[in-house]
Amino acid sequence: MAIRTLLVANRGEIALRIQRAARELGIRVVQAHSAADRDSLPVRLADAAVEIGPPPAKKSYLSIPAIVEAAKKVGADAVHPGYGFLAENGEFADACEVAGLVFVGPTGDTIRAMGDKVEARRLAAEAGVPTVPGSAGRIHELEEAREVLARTGFPVMIKAAAGGGGRGIRIARDAEELARLWPQARAEALAAFGDGGLYLEKRIERARHLEVQVLGDGRQVIHLFERDCSLQRRRQKLWEEAPAVRLDPTVRERLCAAAVRLAERVHYRGAGTVEFLFDEDRGEFYFLEMNTRIQVEHPVSEEITGVDLVKAMLEIAGGAPLPFRQQDVVPRGHAIEVRINAEDPGRDFAPHPGRIASLELPGGPGVRIDTALYAGYEVPPFYDSLLMKLIARGRDRAEALARLERALGELAIGGIPTTAGLHRLLVRAPEVRGWDVHTAWLEPWLESNREKLA
Amino acid sequence: MAKKEILSPLPGTFYRRPAPDQPPYKSEGDPVAVGDVVGLVEVMKSFNEVKSEVEGKLVRFLVENEDAVMAGQPLAELEG
Repeated sequence: MAIRTLLVANRGEIALRIQRAARELGIRVVQAHSAADRDSLPVRLADAAVEIGPPPAKKSYLSIPAIVEAAKKVGADAVHPGYGFLAENGEFADACEVAGLVFVGPTGDTIRAMGDKVEARRLAAEAGVPTVPGSAGRIHELEEAREVLARTGFPVMIKAAAGGGGRGIRIARDAEELARLWPQARAEALAAFGDGGLYLEKRIERARHLEVQVLGDGRQVIHLFERDCSLQRRRQKLWEEAPAVRLDPTVRERLCAAAVRLAERVHYRGAGTVEFLFDEDRGEFYFLEMNTRIQVEHPVSEEITGVDLVKAMLEIAGGAPLPFRQQDVVPRGHAIEVRINAEDPGRDFAPHPGRIASLELPGGPGVRIDTALYAGYEVPPFYDSLLMKLIARGRDRAEALARLERALGELAIGGIPTTAGLHRLLVRAPEVRGWDVHTAWLEPWLESNREKLA
Repeated sequence: MAKKEILSPLPGTFYRRPAPDQPPYKSEGDPVAVGDVVGLVEVMKSFNEVKSEVEGKLVRFLVENEDAVMAGQPLAELEG
């Protein structure tokens, strides 16, 4: 049954993004918000708003009972979790279902299967998706690691089975380092995730991060091609592109088909992303993890395919089949997204909440801004530092880069430091223009450009 | 006996423990030296230690664990 009233259980730019999709579908929008977000743009623009708790996320955006109760109170029939917060919490998806609410996303079981990184690896291998050489399952004792090392060699990564998003990863360059890091990794995994299970993976040097956007209706799955998110700092993406630069068409075909196979294996419902490491020299890709939600960088895929992913999510959640077929998804041109964060690149990216004293936004052909900022807005200290996504599209990468550079020149955010200046440097960096980058490229570059960032 | 306060250096969420499964940095009645860590303030997912700029005996906390705090807000009261 099509959704009539949607509770948006998130904040900031993604809350607004969801509202826009819902409104175009004629869905009534209720915005859930914490006490800190009363004056936010999503609250102002929604048909109604409901307060779910005090500022700290744990007591508001992360509170399952508060959100389910709010949804019932406002008469919502569906809940969109956005990204972060409860978006990949299987218990939340279950709690919605038990309360008679549609969770806009996959089932709790799918979320749990993909959230367990060892189980996800196993499912990927089963679906014929290449995985990074490593342990087949979780390892509890260091002795069990010996035979895995015969296949991976050094350097090797120690990862937490319950981790994800780059958290809890350690790199060991030799046996001695492995023996030293193992107990630390185990204790940290136990403290951070309540699960001390670890696994080992071969460390692929100079790899690029590619990911495939998939969309499923619980029966069929299609893909919307890939994104390249190789520019990262501390495993956090800062710059994303679609399509991937210099990707051989046959590799692209294999990559996208692999992602679809994995999503089909779990009868995927909604929008999801299958992440891969790409070894450009060998033309090989390896499954990393699957994110069972809409992602921050989804707009670049929307820009090259013309598909509104959030709208498709809402239609599918309302019971509709996939709104288009694979052959209807035709990529065109190139898109680049940069993340403008409330962080000071000159001070080791220290987060900086505060008042937006002034705001001048770029516009013109091929420029899209996803943000919930307005002049006079007070950026609260309690949540993520993402302020704005600036997306530039062109008929090819050169035009997208030129538009991005032009748009960054028009953008002016007054009052707090942001990462806009960093992107003005990056867009002119020869390595970025030539895409001679990998996931570990940005950090040393930041180090050697320290004075320009100050 | 003079009353002294420890102020939050940043706006954010206040925590009394280094991690949920660990004991609090300081409890009421504990002695506090200059530079002692009394808690954490989380600002946009980054954790910052709150170090005391005064010394004395911790009389009481003025905010609860996981409360939202403003920059400059008194977090704890000391005496002596």
